[in-house]
Amino acid sequence: MATPYAVTTRTPASSVAMIFGLILVAVLFAAPAFAGRGTIQDLFFILTMLVLAQFWNLLAGYGGLVSVGQQAFVGLGAYALYGAVILGGIDPVVSILIAGLAALVLAVPTAFFAFRLQGAYFAIGTWVIAEVARLSVAQWRAVGGGTGTSLPRDALREMMLVDWIGEAFDVRASAARDILAYWLALTLAVATIAGIYWLLRTKRGLALAAVRDNTEAARSVGVDAGRMKWVVFLTSAFGTGLAGGMIYLQKARISPDAAFSVTDWTAYVIFIVVIGGIGTIEGPIIGVLVLFLLQSFLADFGTWYLMILGLIGIGVMLFAPRGLWGLISERTGLQLFPVRRRLTGGPLMDKEV
Amino acid sequence: MIWVDTIIQGVLLGGLYALFAAGLSLVFGIMRLVNLAHGDLIVFGAYLILVVVSVLGLNPFLAAIVAAPVMFVLGWVLQKIVLNRTLGEDILPPLLVTFGLSIVIQNGLLEGFSADSQRISLGALETASVSLGQISLGVMPLLTFASAVAVIVGLNQLFYRTAIGRAFRATSDDPTTASLMGIRPDRVFASATAIAMLVVTIAALYLGTRANFDPNIGPARLIYAFEAVIIGGLGSLWGTLAGGIIIGVAQTLGAAVNPEWQILAGHVAFLIVLLVRPRGLFPRGG
Repeated sequence: MATPYAVTTRTPASSVAMIFGLILVAVLFAAPAFAGRGTIQDLFFILTMLVLAQFWNLLAGYGGLVSVGQQAFVGLGAYALYGAVILGGIDPVVSILIAGLAALVLAVPTAFFAFRLQGAYFAIGTWVIAEVARLSVAQWRAVGGGTGTSLPRDALREMMLVDWIGEAFDVRASAARDILAYWLALTLAVATIAGIYWLLRTKRGLALAAVRDNTEAARSVGVDAGRMKWVVFLTSAFGTGLAGGMIYLQKARISPDAAFSVTDWTAYVIFIVVIGGIGTIEGPIIGVLVLFLLQSFLADFGTWYLMILGLIGIGVMLFAPRGLWGLISERTGLQLFPVRRRLTGGPLMDKEV
Repeated sequence: MIWVDTIIQGVLLGGLYALFAAGLSLVFGIMRLVNLAHGDLIVFGAYLILVVVSVLGLNPFLAAIVAAPVMFVLGWVLQKIVLNRTLGEDILPPLLVTFGLSIVIQNGLLEGFSADSQRISLGALETASVSLGQISLGVMPLLTFASAVAVIVGLNQLFYRTAIGRAFRATSDDPTTASLMGIRPDRVFASATAIAMLVVTIAALYLGTRANFDPNIGPARLIYAFEAVIIGGLGSLWGTLAGGIIIGVAQTLGAAVNPEWQILAGHVAFLIVLLVRPRGLFPRGG
C-alpha cells in the first residue's frame, strides 16, 4: 500500500533544532541558579533586543514595511508602564501588559497615517510619528516631562514575586528584580519566536509571504494585502511595547530622549536583523549574538563601535543581502524554522525507499 | 503686527527647509531612491565648510565654493560605487544602506569634531537686517530664501533646457528604453547625486551660518526635508518650497505660543496635510 500524500514543513534538522531549543530554554530558565548578576543582565539585554529584532523582522522582512520608528512603541510602552505604576499604583509586572496594550492602541492612528505613505516614505513617516510621540511625552509633567523620572521605591519593593525570588536564590531585592525581569524577558522571547513561527505556518503566514513576494499577484488570488499589513503592524507594535515596558522596568529610570532613542531601539535592531539575515527567524537570533560580541569587544570605543556596525551593515546589505544565516543556509540547506511546505508520500516516495 | 512678523519669519525659514529638501527631491525624482543619510550629508557639508574657513581663512561664501566640487565628486563616487548597487525592485537595500551610511557619517563626525556645537561665523552679516515699515527682516534669512528660489529655478532650467536634464527625465521615466538611446543610467544617476550634493553644499552653508550645529542634528534635517517634499507633492520643486514654507510658518507660530512647541507644531502641520491631502498639495500628473 502506498504511503499517503502529506504536506509537511518539518525537516529532520528542524526536529533536532526543536529538541535543542527546548533544552536551551530549560537551561536559560534555570540560569539564575548558577549565573551571576552580570550575566543575568547581559542575557536580559540579549533577550529584549532579540524580541525587538524579531518584531522588526516581522514588519520589514515579512511584511515589507520598513519602519524607522519602532522607538515610538518602545517609548510609549515604557511610559505607559511608568504612568500605570506612578499614577495608577498598579503592580509593575501587571503594568507590562498595559505597556503592550498602550502601544497597540497608539499603533492604530500611527498606521492610519503611515499607511498613506508608500515604501521608503513609510520609513520616514514612522520616524516623524516617533518624534511626535517623543515631543508629546516630554510635555507630560506627571512623569517628569523632558527630564524624565524614576520608578517609585515603594512600587519596586512591593513588586510581586520579588520577595519569593530573593528568598529562593538568597539574593538582595535589586538582584531579585533583575532575575524577575530576566524571566519575563525569556518568556516573552520564547513566546515571540513561537508565535511568529506559528503565524508564518498558518494560512495568514502564507498570505504574508505572498504579499511580500508580489503584492499584485497575491491580490489576484484573493489575499487582502491591506489587512495583512494591519495585522503585522499591530502585532509588532504590541510586542515592541511589551519589550519597551520590560526594558524600562529593569532600568527603573526613564527619560524621553532615552526611551525614544532611534539609535538604541531602531538602529541596533536593524543591524541585528540585517547582519543576521532578514526575512528568517534564525537571522535575528544570530544577529543579536553578533551584536553582543561586537559590543563586548568594542563598546569602550564608543563612536568607533557604531561606525564599524554601520559599515558591517552596509557591507552585508551590498554583498550578502540575506545575512549570515543566508550564507549558512545557502551552503548547507539548513532550516531550523522551516515554513516552506513540501509534498511527501505517494508512490514515488515508496519507490525511493 | 507681531503675528505678521512671525509669519514672515516662518516663510523665510521655509526657504531653508526647501533647500534641505531640494536635493532629496532631485534624487528621489530621478532614481526613486530615498537617501536616509541626506540630513547627515548636509551636516557633513557644514563641517567641510567650517574646516575650509578655519584652514584657509576664507569668507564662508568663498569656502562653500571651494567645498562644492569636493561634495560634487563625493556624491558622484558615492552613487557610482555604493548606491547604484542598491537600486532595484526591492526597497530594502537602498533604505538600509543609506541608514547605515547615516550612522557612519554621524559617528565619524563625532569622532573627528566631538559633540560640541559649532558655528560658521559671518561677522556683521549675522545680525544685519533691513527695515520694511515696522517689520525688520534679517539679511541672512532673506538671502537663504533667495537662494532657495534660485536653486529651484536653476534645477527646473537644468531639467527642461539641457541635454543632461533630458537624460534625467528619460532615465526617470524608463531606464531601459533610455539606455537603448545611448544613455548610461548608472552615470546619469551618479551625475544626479553629484548635482544634489551641490544643493546640499548650499544648504550646508546656511545651516552652518544661521545656527549652531553638531554631528547629531542630521536626522532632524532629513525629517524637515521629507515633510516639505511630501506636503508639496512628489516631483514638484515649487511644491517643495510651499511645503518648506508651511513647516516653517507652523514652527514659528508654534514657538510664538510656547517655545517647546516649535518642532512639534511643524510635525503636526505635516500630519494634517497628510490626512487631508495624502498626495500633497501639488502632485505631479494629477
